[in-house]
Formats: sequence, structure tokens, C-alpha cells
Amino acid sequence: MTTQLSSVSEVLPPPTERYTILGWLHKNLFSSWFNSILSIVAGSFVAVVLVGIIKWVFVSAQWAVVNDNIALYMKGQYPGAQDWRLWVLIYLAALLVGLMWSSYFHRVDVIAWVLVSIFLVLAIWLLLLGKAAWWKLLLVDGFGIVGFSLGQRFPNVSKRLTILLLLLYMPLVLLIIRGFGTDGFIPQIGTNLWGGLLLSLLLAIIGIVFSFPIGVLLALGRQSQMPALKTLSIIYIEVIRGVPLITLLFMGQLMLPFFLPAGISIDRVIRAVVAIIMFAAAYMAENVRGGLQSIPVGQYEAADAIGLSGYRKMLNIILPQALRTVIPVLVGQFIGLFKDTSLVALVGLLDLLGIARGILANPSYIGRQLEVFVFIALIYWIFSYAMSYAARRLEISLGVGER
Amino acid sequence: MSEPIITCRDVHKWYGQFHALRGISLEVKKGEVIVIFGPSGSGKSTFIRTINRLEEHQKGTIIVDGIELTHDVRNIAAIRKEVGMVFQQFNLFPHLTVMQNVTLGPIQVRKWKKEKSEEISMQLLERVGIPEQAYKYPGQLSGGQQQRVAIARALAMQPKIMLFDEPTSALDPEMIKEVLDVMTELAQSGITMLVVTHEMGFARAVADRMVFFDQGLIIESGTPEDVFYHPKEDRTKLFLSQILSH
Repeated sequence: MTTQLSSVSEVLPPPTERYTILGWLHKNLFSSWFNSILSIVAGSFVAVVLVGIIKWVFVSAQWAVVNDNIALYMKGQYPGAQDWRLWVLIYLAALLVGLMWSSYFHRVDVIAWVLVSIFLVLAIWLLLLGKAAWWKLLLVDGFGIVGFSLGQRFPNVSKRLTILLLLLYMPLVLLIIRGFGTDGFIPQIGTNLWGGLLLSLLLAIIGIVFSFPIGVLLALGRQSQMPALKTLSIIYIEVIRGVPLITLLFMGQLMLPFFLPAGISIDRVIRAVVAIIMFAAAYMAENVRGGLQSIPVGQYEAADAIGLSGYRKMLNIILPQALRTVIPVLVGQFIGLFKDTSLVALVGLLDLLGIARGILANPSYIGRQLEVFVFIALIYWIFSYAMSYAARRLEISLGVGER
Repeated sequence: MSEPIITCRDVHKWYGQFHALRGISLEVKKGEVIVIFGPSGSGKSTFIRTINRLEEHQKGTIIVDGIELTHDVRNIAAIRKEVGMVFQQFNLFPHLTVMQNVTLGPIQVRKWKKEKSEEISMQLLERVGIPEQAYKYPGQLSGGQQQRVAIARALAMQPKIMLFDEPTSALDPEMIKEVLDVMTELAQSGITMLVVTHEMGFARAVADRMVFFDQGLIIESGTPEDVFYHPKEDRTKLFLSQILSH
């Protein structure tokens, strides 16, 4: 009897489901007559749309408007002779990404392969088109791989080094893109020549990097016990949130010069960046406040009882938990901010959208709107999706949702 | 066991219109173990939370280890260094490992070296019986284990006084004992303890004095012997009969 029982209580493997294509179709698409009709109707709709898209992309669309101006889309009127500065920055970025990959993820996974093959495919494509830049793209992969193997070779130093280099990278980017002096190794290039994707990315990254800490400070200010600080934070947040971004941009571009004393002028790009930062910080503050409010009182009390001072309590206990819970919202906001930078086109800056409008104003490209807008939409999508994907990975690695 | 380490004189506390503490006076001697009990809403938790300023008292004097509790943040900080607290809901920091929970105070407040703090913390985790859980997160532990970590976390600051606010009320019955065992061992080590609890077995075994709270007042206090077998007040008798009957 006992032997029988013990043999029964052995853990049985779960029943295996066998997947066949027909079985899958039956289960998911044709399980009842109603579902079958729905599947057929939806399927034919998708087929019609897909055929239309493919026809348009490969037959009727005239991609010359994109192909001939690719440099403009990427960097605006940044002088071609100085392109090497941008390439150097891209290679440094690739090196950093490789280094980061080896020190934080430790292994080459699917995403790494996807990244590598994107550049590989682009390089091959350019080679087939007979363009000279193909080896420059291939070098991106090269630097990425070098970074990765460096990280593998020196695992002890790489983690800290990566963070240090990341912090140094941002100012370095601005320094190299701008340059200094009139002649010399890297002559200064005015912001009026910065454009295209380069400008869009710069606006977005600087916007995110600065608005995030300001937003956190504003959120803490709004929660603070000090009445003056609290009131100021609330006024700032509510005023900015009550105004559309485009208004702030217009105010920065058109009204600010009237208030400044004669002879003083602030760079147009800087004015746009400041407007974006101010705007994003207010929204950031409200999102972070949501995170702060989700922290139970007991956490504050436990930190107090240990004797942590106010800012140590915030830094060690409250903010790490609060920010972790709002990562999805914050990333949503970062993505929104990136797309919102396209509004600067309306105040005359030549970001990706501005350049696109400029190109379309050329009489030889009349009627090519669809090609141009599909192309820049694709670029916006690639970056937005990459951000959203990175955020999901971050969430998983930080264990959001499991306390 | 001579001079008082905590002196409370005529302590009052209001929540809006509600008069939560209506003049509490209590002296606690060094090394004394005091069990505070009473019906819910009687102000016993509020009272021990005023001792480390988690609640502010609005009238009266509280002196802890020679320092008076005032609005001066330096006084509050100095007192919190010497007073450890264990909560009903554990309140461990979920984003830190057990070890990080315990070493946080020593490193950040006492400014001890990380190695020294970890060594002391490991000894404490051994003392509460869970050294093998040191590198797990609180969410991976049972309630009883979490509460023992919370005790280790409070002890890591090497406080002179420990406050326990209903430490076993949120625990499943089979885990209460493991926490009470740790507390009993602690009580015998000579540290000053104020414990809000309804664990009368624990009180009888280790309390030097028992204090009965009702409606924001101390109704009666005395040795466990006196309070259990010769209570003077009717309210004490009634309450004891209610909690001891089942």
C-alpha cells in the first residue's frame, strides 16, 4: 500500500501540448463558425492593406527624395568636411555600448546580434548602391566588438569605467560637435548649421538628462514641509503644465529677445532646449510625485527610526523605490519628449521634421510628401521603440512589481 | 538599575480634536523591561512612538538618555541614535538585501566602515538565527524571519533602548514563538525595552513591570505578579479576563 502511494505521489510531468500548424490554426483562428468568419474577413483586410503597402514601397514610391538627401536628414547643414567629428562620436558610442554590454549583460544575446546585423545590412546595402560610406558603417560594428572584448578582458575595471565614460561622453559630444576657434583642428560650427536627426537627438537627450533631475527636485519640493519651497514648486508645475510646449517654444524664440538687454542674444537652439527642459521637468515632477506617494508611511518611519537624516532617507530609501515604480511612466514620457522635439520645426529650427519640410519645399520634390514623412516616421519609430524596449529590460532586471 | 533612562512627565497628544494621550507620566530605569498593554485605541502605540519622535507630543516633557525631546532636530537625531524600534508591519526596505537593511544605519548614521558594519551585522543575524538569509531580499523571507531581521536592524545601531510596537501582531501563529524567543533572549541581556504586546506569556516571563493603558491614560502599573493576580482597577480586571479567557 505504502509503496503504491509513494509511486503515485511522484511528480508527474505536465501534459505536453503538441503543436501542429493545423492544430494551431484550428485552436486560434477557426474554433467556431463565427470565429472562422472573423478570421477570414480580418485576414483578407490585412492582405489587401499589405499588398497595397508593398506595391507602394517597391513600385510607386520614388525614393530619390530620401536617397539623394540622406546626409541632410541625418545632420542638416553640418559641413561635410567636418563629418569625421560625427563619425568619431558614433564610434565612441559604439565602443561604449560594447563595453556596457560586456560589463552589465555579460553575454552576446539576440539583441546584440540584431544591433550588429542592422549596421552590417546597412553597410552591405550601401556597398551595393556603390556609395563610399559603407566601410564607415562597418566600423561601427568593429568598435562595438572592440568595446565588448575590452570589457571581457578587464572585467574588474569595466563597470566603473563605463559609468565614468558615459558621464564624460555627453559633454564631449557637445564639445566636439560645436568645436572652438575659427581655424584649427576642430573649428567652431554654429548651431544654425546643426540639423536633422543630429539636432533631434541632441534636443531629446539634453532634454531628458536635465529635466529628469530637475523634475525629481520639483517633486521633492512639492512634498516638502517648507511652505515657500512647496508653494514655488506647485506654482511652477501648475503654470508650466497649463501651457502647451509650442507656446513655450514661441515665447523662447520670439518674446525672449525683447526682454533681453540690447547686444545680448542667446543661441536659438539653447532657447529651444531650455523650453523643452522646463516643460518636461514639470511633467516629470508629477510622475515622480506619483511614485513618492506609492511608498508606504512605514518606510519613512523605519528610516526615521534608524536615525537617517532627511536627505539620506530620500536618497537611500524613498527615491530608489519611488523611481523604480514609475520607470514605465517615465520612459513613456521620455519617448513623448523625443517626439515632441519635432515641434521646434515650427519655430524655424531644422530638426528632422524641419529638414523634411525644407526638402519638400524644393520644387523638384513636389508631391513626394508621403515618401519623406514615411521615412522620418520610421526613424522616430526606431528610436522610440528602442527606448521602450530598453526600459522593459531595465524593469525586468530591477524586478519592478516584485517586492 | 538606578537612574531613569526615560522620563515622561504629563505627556499629552491630540489628533485634531481627539485627545490620544491625556497626561502620561512614566519613568523607565536602565535595563528595565516594560510591557505596555491595553485595548486598541488606548494610546499605547502612540505613546511609545512619541519616545523616538515618530509622533510629536504637544504638551509635557520627554527626556531620553539625558536629552530632552524638543523641536531641535539635533536632539531628535541624537535620541534616535540610541533608540531602536521594531514595527508591527516589519517595515524592512524591500529594495535592499537583508544585509544592506541591517548595515544601513551603522554605515550611514554611525559612520562605521563597511567591513566592520557587515561583521557586526552578521553576528546579529546569527543571534536572531538567520545568518543564511543575509543576501536574500526581504520579500523572499517568511514573516517571522522578516521580523527577526527588523530586530537585527534595530540592534545594529547598538541602541540603549529598544521599542517594540506590537511585534507579533502581524505574524502567523507558528511564527510568533521564533520572534518571542529572540525578544526573551534580548530582555535577559540587560537592554532597556518597552514592548507593546498582548503576548501575556511573554510578559509574565520577562517583564519587570507591566503598564495598563486605557483611553490615553495609565490606569495601572506594577510587577506581572501584581497585575495578573492582584489587579486593583476594575478596567484592568475586565481587560485581562477578556484576553486571557480564550
